[in-house]
Amino acid sequence: MNVKKTGLIFFPAFDWAISPSHPEREERLLYTQDQVFEEGLLDLDNVFEFKPGLASTEDINRIHICVPGAESVITESHLISAGGAITAAEKVLTKEVDNAFALVRPPGHHAMRVVHGARGFCNINIEAIMVEYIRHRYGHKRIAIVDTDCHHGDGSQDIFWHDPDTLYISIHQDGRTLYPGSGFPNEFGGPNALGYTINIPLPPNTSDKGFLFALDNLILPILDEFKPDLVINSAGQDNHYSDPITNMNFSANGYAILNERLSPDIAVLEGGYSIESALPYINVGIIMAMAGLDYSFVKEPDYNPREIEQSSQISRYIEEEVSQIYELWKNRHSQKAEMVKNAKYARRSRSIYYDTDGINEEQEETIRICDDCGGMLTIDSKASTGNRIFAVIVPGQSCSTCREKGEKAFESVETGRYDYVYFQDRDRDLFIVK
Amino acid sequence: MILGIDVGGTHTDAVLLDHYEVRKKAKVLTNRENLLDSLLKVTEEILSDEGPEILDRVVLSTTMSTNAIVQDKISKVGMILASGPGLPPSMLTINDDTHFVSGYVNHRGVEVAGIDHDEISKIAEKLRGEGIEHVGIVGKFSSRDPHIETDIGDSIDGKFKHISLGHRMSGNLNFPRRIATTYLNAAVWDTYNSFIDNIKEFVGRFKTDFPIYILKADGGTFEISQSVKCPVQTILSGPAASIMGILSLTNCQEDAIALDIGGTTTDIAIFAGGIPLLEPLGVTIKGHKTLIRGLRTRSIGIGGDSRVTYENGELTVGPERVGPAAAFGGPSPTPTDAMIVLGLTDIGEKEKAEKAIAEIAESMNVPLHDAAETIFHSACETITSSVKDMIDEINNAPVYTVHEMLDGKKIEPNLLYVVGGPAKPMAPRLGDMLGCTTHIPENAEVANAIGASLARTTTELTVLADTEKGTLTIVEEGIQLTIPREFEREDALKICMDKLRERAIKMGAKEDDLEIEITEDQSFNMVRGYYTAGKNIRIKAQVKPGLISNFQKGETR
Ligand SMILES: [Zn+2]
Ligand SMILES: [Zn+2]
Repeated sequence: MNVKKTGLIFFPAFDWAISPSHPEREERLLYTQDQVFEEGLLDLDNVFEFKPGLASTEDINRIHICVPGAESVITESHLISAGGAITAAEKVLTKEVDNAFALVRPPGHHAMRVVHGARGFCNINIEAIMVEYIRHRYGHKRIAIVDTDCHHGDGSQDIFWHDPDTLYISIHQDGRTLYPGSGFPNEFGGPNALGYTINIPLPPNTSDKGFLFALDNLILPILDEFKPDLVINSAGQDNHYSDPITNMNFSANGYAILNERLSPDIAVLEGGYSIESALPYINVGIIMAMAGLDYSFVKEPDYNPREIEQSSQISRYIEEEVSQIYELWKNRHSQKAEMVKNAKYARRSRSIYYDTDGINEEQEETIRICDDCGGMLTIDSKASTGNRIFAVIVPGQSCSTCREKGEKAFESVETGRYDYVYFQDRDRDLFIVK
Repeated sequence: MILGIDVGGTHTDAVLLDHYEVRKKAKVLTNRENLLDSLLKVTEEILSDEGPEILDRVVLSTTMSTNAIVQDKISKVGMILASGPGLPPSMLTINDDTHFVSGYVNHRGVEVAGIDHDEISKIAEKLRGEGIEHVGIVGKFSSRDPHIETDIGDSIDGKFKHISLGHRMSGNLNFPRRIATTYLNAAVWDTYNSFIDNIKEFVGRFKTDFPIYILKADGGTFEISQSVKCPVQTILSGPAASIMGILSLTNCQEDAIALDIGGTTTDIAIFAGGIPLLEPLGVTIKGHKTLIRGLRTRSIGIGGDSRVTYENGELTVGPERVGPAAAFGGPSPTPTDAMIVLGLTDIGEKEKAEKAIAEIAESMNVPLHDAAETIFHSACETITSSVKDMIDEINNAPVYTVHEMLDGKKIEPNLLYVVGGPAKPMAPRLGDMLGCTTHIPENAEVANAIGASLARTTTELTVLADTEKGTLTIVEEGIQLTIPREFEREDALKICMDKLRERAIKMGAKEDDLEIEITEDQSFNMVRGYYTAGKNIRIKAQVKPGLISNFQKGETR
């Protein structure tokens, strides 16, 4: 194994909880801290701990439309966990370290572009904020996000849906059996970014073998073809066989192998709620794998590979699914023509439920079909909080036509119909509310 | 009266304090081959006019353990490690006699696998067969529950001269450091104990009774008979003596920087509100990262005698020293020579200093005075940039709560203390560069011995309560108690304070000196399913490093 310099941004937020008995509570990373400290990982010559920075409102407004504003949907702990992800990216991009792991909470991958409140324990999407921060500071990069959380990262999918320069791959427990109920292979990206969202739902009880099969035969080959500048792992840990809110059979060793093979530049913690039996071992395994150390002695006290082995039926199911998804990816270019035909705009309407805050949102999204950029986007959104908003988003690396159309759309919007109207322009780092 | 002795690498210093006034000082060359000899000489000199009956307290800072480790004059140690899952054995092996055994507890101190007596007795036989008399036993998470270590210890009891147990070294987590600390403790045990036996014999001849204390790396003391149990705590007491000396010679109550500028190196220490800062986890010695509490110091390779060179357009000051300053017949120009040329000091032979600096001036192609100024500035710059780095590092240490993240205290020193040979000529410039008021304490040449004399007894204690398991562990004492489900954080705090007091007094503290501080105070609800299953309480308290009571700082004259 190759020893690497690994940065660790550890922020367990020991004084922050959604509510006292919520899975996202003070105790969540307590035993992980114990294990990391006891193993002495921070003393290793190639492991460096960094204090997280604080994300700013500008960092959030670069990616989200928070209603009515960023201050109203977040707490300080969100700024720290997003700040921790940004610090991880900084350390990697300035080459202070070879890779970095933001072991921070609260998580973010269920937070969508428009934020009326909290969903799936998430308020703001810390990886997405980090990605746009990277592009803002270090130029436009091709970025691949591999989301290994057990839940479909519907927030990240929504944010990168129209972005052909961000490949978002989510591998998760089948949405028919778990929150948020989405993430099927036919969710494949918007018309301008078809194929750059990849969903790999796995049946309940999938073990290391199934995850690693999908990694080796689907994720890694796609990454090879996409050729990203950066690979990010949304490192959720709730696929573990002992996780109380999911039904998978992944192990600490499996996570370590996955991280060794995927070799992410940046990993960011997402979910994972088996706080005592799994997280301490998974996190030690991930850190050691990223640092290129021998992790073969990291295992859960009750680890018994035979007990959690997946059935041959599951193996066959995954093999078939993997080859189908790979076909889909191969044919992504020809599918676009078929899907778009002569349309100038494409529209999708959705209902979004915010389970954590109990909010309903009705959203209509319109994207300009464009061959030159991700396409100008407008969003009309109405929430049960009473807020109705309109947003115009000019994507990064925008073509001049999309920018002009966006500016016009923002000028001509009938403000009377909306509580707030937003304009977001990534290239010019503009965020305007009226 | 108090007798303070600092056995340093070069000199052994002693002071006799009468009501905190320096009544007598003495200095002899340290005999590195026989430290006891230096000790006797300096004591004889200081007690030449008085009898030993005037002594109320004797404090000793010695390099005995440090030298043994640095010079590899240590005993062979058999290490038995119950390592559990985690780092591979290859990363934990500390010597050729390291053995791994089954049995471990997890992060909550719950036994996951038991020990295997057969396996252990085979290892014990093997170690005995190799003539090993000292054993260290360390278990993963033994500072959460020590019973794996004590069980292994019991099963080989009586077979070895001495056994060191990991949890007795420190209540902190960090398995590799616990291994190193336990190993070093076992390795210096013989050397240290025979040294102490000699001291006891020597003192016995005085036929008078006074307590003898030994200085530790954390700037605190412990009573001599306690020190033999944990000799590794006495390493690196030299820098600690010097920092405690500065504390006793000044009236420091605020954030401050302390510099001890020597011939070869400069030691930096930081005070926060008048309290010297400790290393976050423990000191490092000969490449071993340990869990030994120690004052936070940084040593940099620059001093009055650092070699100055100018090559390929680049001026270099330090880190080597090739001899004394040119003004004292040394072979190379030094910062001291530059200071002589600048008229900042009038020691040594000025002509020799000028001649040495002139060489540099010539190759730099600048006037003599400018070259001297550049050298002097460069030396000061090296020191101040290290000071700034150290303060940045302290202020940027990671924190784990939102509260600390947003409202964390920052160290912002406005006060600079300087001791050591070049203190007078360098202090004003260093103060300017750091934006600090400078202060050069008097009697600084024996600051170490004074610091040792007046250091109070320190110790720390960790109390862990797990109300779901129903156990309370007093880690460093290896005690476990049963507690009821309704046990609260306040109960744990009280037990911790009481036990810390007891422990400190046992180690030699006086009731008046127990300035106690809670250093960790956490209580987590353990939620299983949607119900609170219990509380996980973690309390740590310490007797802060400081001076013995009835002594106002700055009183020493
Ligand atoms: Zn999840
Ligand atoms: Zn366009």
